[in-house]
Order: sequence, then structure tokens, then C-alpha cells
Amino acid sequence: MLGTIEELQERFRNRELTSKGLTEAFLRRIDEVDDSVGAFITVSKDEALEASDTADNRMNGDGEITSLTGIPVSVKDIFCTKGTPTTCGSRILEGFVPPYDATVVRKLKEAGAVIIGKNNMDEFAMGSSTENSAYKKTKNPWDLTRVPGGSSGGSAASVAAGECIASIGTDTGGSIRQPAACCGVVGLKPTYGRVSRYGMIAFASSLDQAGPITRNVRDAAELLGVIAGFDPRESTSIDLPVPDYTAGLGGGVKGLRVGIPGEYFIDGIDGEVSTAVQNAINFFKDQGAEIVDISLPHTEYAVSVYYIVATAEASSNLARYDGVRYGQRVDDGDGLLEMYKKTRDRGFGAEVKRRIMLGTYALSSGYYDAYYKKASQVRALIKRDFDLAFKECDIMLTPTAPTAAFKIGEKTSDPLTMYLSDIFTISSSLAGIPAISLPCGFTTEGLPIGLQIIGNTLDEATVLRAAHAYETGTEWHQKRAKL
Amino acid sequence: MAITSKDVRHVAALARLSPTDEDVELYTGQLQRILAHVEKISELDTEGVEPITTTAPVSGRMREDVVIKGLMNEDALKNSPLSARDSFKVPKIIE
Repeated sequence: MLGTIEELQERFRNRELTSKGLTEAFLRRIDEVDDSVGAFITVSKDEALEASDTADNRMNGDGEITSLTGIPVSVKDIFCTKGTPTTCGSRILEGFVPPYDATVVRKLKEAGAVIIGKNNMDEFAMGSSTENSAYKKTKNPWDLTRVPGGSSGGSAASVAAGECIASIGTDTGGSIRQPAACCGVVGLKPTYGRVSRYGMIAFASSLDQAGPITRNVRDAAELLGVIAGFDPRESTSIDLPVPDYTAGLGGGVKGLRVGIPGEYFIDGIDGEVSTAVQNAINFFKDQGAEIVDISLPHTEYAVSVYYIVATAEASSNLARYDGVRYGQRVDDGDGLLEMYKKTRDRGFGAEVKRRIMLGTYALSSGYYDAYYKKASQVRALIKRDFDLAFKECDIMLTPTAPTAAFKIGEKTSDPLTMYLSDIFTISSSLAGIPAISLPCGFTTEGLPIGLQIIGNTLDEATVLRAAHAYETGTEWHQKRAKL
Repeated sequence: MAITSKDVRHVAALARLSPTDEDVELYTGQLQRILAHVEKISELDTEGVEPITTTAPVSGRMREDVVIKGLMNEDALKNSPLSARDSFKVPKIIE
């Protein structure tokens, strides 16, 4: 058993383990299982071994040691990594080698973490199953015939398959939390603006947020502490000090006001998911939390708002892929306009094109008021629902997803059905508030079920404390996928 | 307000895409179903509601106007499919 990052640091200190030894063990594990799991697009073997040497030297010398020094982690292939190919799961970026590191990557490297590779993902983070990757399909480590969720499916699967200690994913409408739920690991989406988006390839800029995917809540707290913080290079970055997110862990939930939004417990939820979440609510009650029924009346409009706002922003963000400055170009000598079209036709996959067209339509002349403006107004109402509800409670408990991981291919023919896998995660993305998913049970088929804890703006600490209390009192997080 | 195949062709052109006839048909059907779902928001009365486009507590932050190290020309051009004389090269625009 590997234990927490904190325990690994203890073993480093006691000279029972080196970063090099640990890194080599994970590289071997990747060799053994990644042909069947497919969690990585790029494995950075040489760089990882070198970084582990540096970390060991740092720990043996006078270098500053952080909670992540020597710890092997992976990052979603949406983060620019200087000198290492970055595809964002798309053909259009094939061969792109960033000339700089994303702020998240820079912070990991400065902390001494060992970046072991880049994870597979839905193309441009558009999807809920990682089936939209142009490179490979990632399988769920608990059942290789099922999806790992998405879009950070490679990140979640790499952690669940024991190929790294933790991963950094991104979440636009649930892309950290839903795959974490599907893969039986912990996934935290922080407050919008808490983690810098600099060097993170943009999908929907008003929603995109990076966060950790880990095997336990304490590790998520450790990682968030490293990647969070003000970045002058990012215009929406929050300029507030980063608290020690591990400080409140162990504080329990006695007296905590736990809101249960009635709108999240609807008919479409799988019975086993519903039971598992209900049991989790009872756990909080038994631990002395005060359970409060609350209402988020505009919940049913969230998916609609999201698929207008996110696609509108994407249509603008993805205009940059024109075959001029980076990535692939298709030029048959018939002029600039044709070069753009052929490059984009050939470079983008079907889901990306669908969303670009939907977003372009929503922003186009004659439709802007009915779609984009209206959606932005309803987004304000969704945000207000949360503002009002958080007067009555400190956190909220909901399922992360309506079902456990579905079969590969099950939802690929109908985009709308796929979109509905995110019904419980989208609202908090639109409101920009933090939320975590952690394991709260298994279906009779042995598939993990995720519990979502939503917190108020910048209150990651309370979300983590509540999640930690639940994790400490249960054993779900100790189960490992058998590969 | 059902989207037609003509609309799809128009939107595709705006987005610098050129789908095949077969794709246009497929996308039209899919977009119709998605739009039929998202049009649910039209039933809400949003009169007087101020739209929000971000939840960021900051916007338009100013910084000191000082020179900082940016990307060097050579690094910026390294990923270009075609470059020459320190510039990105594109197909001829003016005949």
C-alpha cells in the first residue's frame, strides 16, 4: 500500500524509499498496464527519471523540500509543457511542442514533483467519456469495457490504475469530478480563478479550472496548496493568499450545516447511486452535521445554459487553430480561406466541430439575444440560487453523476445523452464555486459511485474538511481496481 | 426556430469549416435535437436580470507598464508549419 503523499514523504525522510525508486516503479507499472488502460498520450520517461534524481539530491542536500518533492504525478495533455508534446487530444495540435510551461506545470516542477507523463483526454476537453480523443480510448481500470468518464479520463484512470500518485485535470462542466467518480478516486474543482489558467489550452474561458485528481482527500489538499495562487499572467486569477488546505483536516463535521438540494434527487438517478448518496447523507447526520433541505430552483436549466455558454466561448477560442502558428496545416494551394477550412476539417474531430458550430450559431446575428444573452441571464439566476442557498448551509451533498461508468460506445451516437452525464456538475461550474467528488460506494457490478460536496466561493477548506471526515469514516477509498 | 441544413452550412462557413453534404445532414439533425433541449431556457422570464459572463471577482486588472521577458521570435516560430524570414508564412492573399 502506498498511503498518502504525507506518508511517502515520511518514507523519503527515513531513507526507506527514494524518488528514483518510486518513479521507476511507476514507469514499470505504466509499461505493464497502460496498453490496456490507455491513460497516457505521452510518457516522459527520461525527464521523469532526471527529475527524480534532482528531487533525491534536493532531499539529500540543503534544497528546500515541499510536500510534493519527489512525488510522481501526471498532468492532462491540456497543459503546456516546455519541450514535451502537448496535443489537447486533437490531431490539429499533433507535433506541437510548447515553448513554455503552464503555470500549473511550473509550480509542480518548482515544488520538486516528478512529472511522469501527459494524460489522454477528450479532444479540447469536450466530452464526458474520453472517447473523443483523437489518439486512443482510455478504459476504466475497474472494468475495461467501460469509459473512465471525461474529459479528464486519462488523469482519473492513471490514478485509479496506480500509474502515478496523482494527476492534474481540468474541469469546465464536470471534467474533473465526473471521471473521478467513474474511476473511484478523488477529484477537486476549485473556485474559478483560484488556479491559474496560463498555459492551459482554453475551451470555455469563463468556466475552465484546473484541479487535482488523487487517491485520497489529504493528497488533494496538498496538491491544491501547490498549484493555487495569484498569477499576474492570468487576468482572472484571484489575488488572495493560499491557505494551508491540510490545516483543517480532522476537524470533523459536527455542527456543519449540510444542504441537500431537492432538485438533485430526481427520477433519472440510478437506484444504487441514490442509495449510496443517501447513506453518505446519513453518515454526516450521525457525525453531528445538521442536515438542511435547500432548493436550487434553476437547476433544470443548467445543462442548457452550459451548452450555449461553453460552446459560444469555444467557438471563439478555437478560432486560433488556423494552421498558421502551430499544429497541422493542410494546404492544397487553393488560397488562404481553403487552407483554413481544410486544416480545420482535417484537424478537428466530430464533437469539436459540432460544438464550434453550435457556439457560432448561438453567437450569430439574429440568434445572439435568444441564446447567448438569455443563457447569460439564466446563469445569473443559477449563481443567485447558490448565493441564497449558502445563507442556509455551509456545504451541499449531491451525487456526482446520475449513473456509474457507462459502456464504451454506449452514448457516442447521441450527443445530447452524453451531455446529460454532467447534469449534477454543471451548475457549480456556471457559478464558479468549488466542488469535490469522492468515492461513496460501489454498484453490484463493482463500479465506483461518486459523492459530490459543493462549497461556497473560495471555501475549498470546508469542502476538503467535510470530504476528509467522510473518507476517514468509510473504507471506499481503500479499494483498488484489480488489473 | 428549428435549425435547417442551410443554417448549418452558413454557420460552418462562419466557423471556417466545410462539412460534406452527408455531414451537414448529420449535424442538422443533431443540432436540432440539442437546440430543442436548450430552448427550454426561453420559458423563463428574465426581464431585468443582469447577464453574467464570468464569476471572476476581478476583471480588467491593470499592471505596471514594465518590460518583462516574453517569447523569443525563434521560439514562437518553432511550431509554425511554415515560416520564413522571421515570420509566419501564409498562402498568397492578394492575387
